[in-house]
Amino acid sequence: MDIKDTLFRPVFKNNPIALQILGICSALAVTSSLQVTVVMCIALTLVTAFSSFFISSIRMFIPSSIRIIVQMTIIASLVIVVDQILKAVAYEISKQLSVFVGLIITNCIVMGRAEAYAMKNPPIPSFLDGIGNGLGYSFVLLVVGTIRELLGSGKLFGIEILPLVTEGGWYTPNGLLLLPPSAFFLIGLLIWAIRSWQTEQVEEPEFTIAKHTPVEESA
Amino acid sequence: MGLRSTLDNLEPHFKPGGRYESWYALYEAVDTIFYSPNHVTRSSAHVRDGVDLKRIMITVWFATFPAMFYGMWNLGFQANEVLAATGGQLDGWRGGVIGALGGYDVNSVWHCFLFGALHFLPLYIVTFVVGGFWEVLFAMKRGHEVNEGFFVTSVLFALTLPPDLPLWQAALGISFGVVIGKEVFGGTGKNFLNPALTGRAFLYFAYPAQLSGDTVWTAIDGATMATPLGVVASEGMAGVTQMYSWWDAFMGTIPGSIGETSTLMVMIGGAVLLLTRIASWRVVAGCFVGMIAFSTLLNTVGSDSNPAFAMPWYWHMVVGSFAFGAFFMATDPVSAAMTNKGRWAYGILIGVMCVLIRVVNPAFPEGMMLAILFANLFAPLFDHFVVQANVKRRLARVQ
Repeated sequence: MDIKDTLFRPVFKNNPIALQILGICSALAVTSSLQVTVVMCIALTLVTAFSSFFISSIRMFIPSSIRIIVQMTIIASLVIVVDQILKAVAYEISKQLSVFVGLIITNCIVMGRAEAYAMKNPPIPSFLDGIGNGLGYSFVLLVVGTIRELLGSGKLFGIEILPLVTEGGWYTPNGLLLLPPSAFFLIGLLIWAIRSWQTEQVEEPEFTIAKHTPVEESA
Repeated sequence: MGLRSTLDNLEPHFKPGGRYESWYALYEAVDTIFYSPNHVTRSSAHVRDGVDLKRIMITVWFATFPAMFYGMWNLGFQANEVLAATGGQLDGWRGGVIGALGGYDVNSVWHCFLFGALHFLPLYIVTFVVGGFWEVLFAMKRGHEVNEGFFVTSVLFALTLPPDLPLWQAALGISFGVVIGKEVFGGTGKNFLNPALTGRAFLYFAYPAQLSGDTVWTAIDGATMATPLGVVASEGMAGVTQMYSWWDAFMGTIPGSIGETSTLMVMIGGAVLLLTRIASWRVVAGCFVGMIAFSTLLNTVGSDSNPAFAMPWYWHMVVGSFAFGAFFMATDPVSAAMTNKGRWAYGILIGVMCVLIRVVNPAFPEGMMLAILFANLFAPLFDHFVVQANVKRRLARVQ
């Protein structure tokens, strides 16, 4: 087992958002403010890692026909733990994250790693795989969150970086970046950038347009 | 043939292996503006015609001229009216040029035109240069030719802008329109959205203060009032008829985005497009049918709380950007439906959605842009059903 590979492969080479296109929903929803983004990333990384770990430890005992429900039970319990901890420790942020912590349960990355990796591998690699995918998710979210908060409201972590026009500065905030669809464009551009660099990620075209019939044949 | 031989002498440098190989797209663009390309179609199915994509796009570009020149005059006219009332003048370089070449007389065509040109041309030049930069960059990298569709995109984009828009916002908007709206899908012919409108929609959501369309755009700081569509939403038709007569709105002596105010001028340009068959008359007719039918329906239904329900169709036609959108934006051959029945459905959807957004949605006073983008998304679906219906009918004939 290659620890480094399990940990860091999901960051660029097999990124859960950019290559597997999983977990887009929360990437759109929580990235308008960097503080919330960071908390979300930590929560998701921990949930993915621990759920993979526990699911992997009991993988021999899970009947295949009900495995999804068993996985869900474990994931849901972990999410409840995370939610309760957030409410106890950082109440304000937990209010901002509102339903999205709860929705980690349905986050495709958690389920996807449980199905694709934890069910076939021992606990420790599964744990590392969970951390790695959490890092991959965090990488995309942090990039998107930084751009959105910086250009959308001129701040980072709530601290003013670009002084706004409305407050006597020079920067006109870009309102589109505060709307969730902007994350689509940003993730799209990020995927474009990653695939121009890691060209093996580019998908085969589904079809190619047929050539015209040459003159000799048609006549 | 001085020009031809100059171009021919330059050509080897741009061919593969030449010194400026990667600039071939730019050479090709210049060459084909002046001369028809000398390569011919080598496959079986083709039409012999002197008109190619390039000539079509140039025709559309010319067709916007009535609206463009009238828009420049009107922009100056509106601003000078305000200035005459307040007695103010422009500062900065625009003030300098006006002081040297003209003045602020409302009745002088030249003064109004100059004022308008000084506001419109910078916007247009920025749009053209920035958009052209992206176009050429992608053409060089991807090896396709620089397409004259870009002439049309840039002029249409500039004409939909409010005159007081900061230039950097225009640059940002056209960049988004050309790159995200067109080039990421593979360039002209493969975009499913109208690039000019994509760019404008980006600005619309990014900087709503400058573009939302509930207060009017005059090229003077602080001179704002409600647009006709904004007034209809708050006070009803009586409020609009107090401000402008229908004839004013049709002729276009009302404030607004540069190219959209004069329905008459848009129709003159539009008539050229329809006569040359560049724009599909079915799309335009569909827009009008949808708009008239749906606004008449809303008139009949009526509403106690929303006075905009009572807006008649002939007012819908002349205020806002309905005419400009119907003739120039909706008829974009790439993003519109391709089948004849599909074109009707596509046009009607635009007309209905435009009125629906204008009347029923309180957040957006103007709906033409969103209606067209919405219908762009449906165009392939309409085509699909038309083609499938055709296949089905022909199959039935065989059996």
